[in-house]
Amino acid sequence: MSAPAVDAGIRQRAVRTRSRVPLLSATAWQRLASPLVIVVVWQVASTAGLLEERLLASPAKILTTAAGLVQEGVLPEAIAVSLQRAAIGFTLGAVAGVGLALVAGLSRVGENAVDPPLQMLRALPLFGLIPLFILWFGIGETPKVALVALGVLFPLYLNTFSGIRGVDGKLAEVARVLRLSRTETIAHIVLPGALAQTLVGLRQSLGVAWLALIVAEQINADAGLGYMINNAREFLRTDVVVVGLIVYAVLGLLTDALVRLLERRALSWRQNFLSR
Amino acid sequence: MAAEFPVTLTSSRTETPSRTDSRPPARTPSRTEPQTFVKASSRTESRPATAAPVAAVRGLTRDFGRRRVLDGVDLEIGRGEFVALLGRSGSGKSTLLRVLAGLDPGAEGEVEVGGVGGVGGVGGTVAVAFQEPRLVPWKRVLANVALGLRAPDPDAAARAALEEVGLGGLSDAWPLTLSGGEAQRASLARALVREPGLLLLDEPFSALDALTRITIHRLVLDLWERHRPGILLVTHDVDEAMLLADRVLVLDGGTVAHESRIELPRPRHRDHPDLIALRSTLLDRLGVTPEGTA
Repeated sequence: MSAPAVDAGIRQRAVRTRSRVPLLSATAWQRLASPLVIVVVWQVASTAGLLEERLLASPAKILTTAAGLVQEGVLPEAIAVSLQRAAIGFTLGAVAGVGLALVAGLSRVGENAVDPPLQMLRALPLFGLIPLFILWFGIGETPKVALVALGVLFPLYLNTFSGIRGVDGKLAEVARVLRLSRTETIAHIVLPGALAQTLVGLRQSLGVAWLALIVAEQINADAGLGYMINNAREFLRTDVVVVGLIVYAVLGLLTDALVRLLERRALSWRQNFLSR
Repeated sequence: MAAEFPVTLTSSRTETPSRTDSRPPARTPSRTEPQTFVKASSRTESRPATAAPVAAVRGLTRDFGRRRVLDGVDLEIGRGEFVALLGRSGSGKSTLLRVLAGLDPGAEGEVEVGGVGGVGGVGGTVAVAFQEPRLVPWKRVLANVALGLRAPDPDAAARAALEEVGLGGLSDAWPLTLSGGEAQRASLARALVREPGLLLLDEPFSALDALTRITIHRLVLDLWERHRPGILLVTHDVDEAMLLADRVLVLDGGTVAHESRIELPRPRHRDHPDLIALRSTLLDRLGVTPEGTA
């Protein structure tokens, strides 16, 4: 008796997946409607003169400005400078964060040496350190990169450390029974086991990295997206400010998508389980 | 059937040992190799060792806090011998297995694993199949079986082992996609591919459904007959112990309180009169009183 019911279920699912093939489903259109309305209202308000351009430029104006900035080469150059800061800061912070997590996670001595100072530093407000950083590093690239690196370090450290410590003790026993060496155990059991949590840390730290970059670029920048925005403020160019903000947002979304792609690849053993 | 005395019951609790002769009856039913009979044992007397035991435990004691779980356990497992260890939950049977597996450094006593020719001390050639299969979830089935394998060609050996347990087609599968029975087969393959002298089975069938369990029982017997490891099977299932093992031990009060040797040929049937008699003895030993009697 249950066979026909099962058949119907499968057919239903098949139909549903087929209906996803058109570009956007009904739900997607519905969800797209309200943002579109907002943009239209915004444009109408600007054109009617209700919204002054020195407060907020119109969507159309923002689009043409963006195109102009790209053509002049201002925007690509600003993006390049900012990306470079983010990349250097992120790399330094990630290497330090993961490295310290390995030291703390893989040995008690390491934990006792590394964890207390990091927990103390973690309690300090990241952006409260800016004055000190300026005193130490001046106003060049170094304080900006350092701020990003420090912001990246903590989420990665905390997540990787807890990932390592969270590896199933039963699997550690398997490693002992299979007589794996310490190196083999770390390579085959501990690090892969900690990977999921590390990737969570990676996403968090990328969020912090962009935030730290935006704040750092507000201070005394002479190039980059932050400089472009600050400069535009002086001339009441709200269109340029908005373009800069959108670029920041897009960069954040792109890196997040990159990590999610990485997650899908690295955790495919779990993906299979979920989609079963 | 094989003999009138296929089942030899001995018990340390009885005042007088029930069998004292050291020679088996002439008609040894199922196995060809000469077997020194494990005699009725008062536990203080050291038993004559089988030719080359793969595990020898003397005076093993383990305390958890103030609770003494194992209290001077003596145990010997011969080469190729299939021993089942029964016990109520909390009787320390899993603790004993963990000691033999080298997973419990807190125990005191003499433990030798791996046989005379093998490595002295814990860890000789021991393999373990746990209650949950404990496959490493981020390694495909083949990599799980080959993990830590010191062989010229680990992958080929692992593939052969998977073939043997009937999982040849699933070597590329992720462990989380396997059924309970398949995962337990993979776990058995991972243990057996190491050609262990001693195979420790920690209730590996208890989480399986009844049908799968029957199949896996057959598989284990089959593999045992082909590879002849000494086996210690920890279980709470009396029937399982009787159907599979050469010798059934009951762990109670921290020591081996009872020992039965079963010489029926395999496959055995649970309705065999000797097993019916043995079942009630074992259940009694485990503190389960059959209804109607007592």
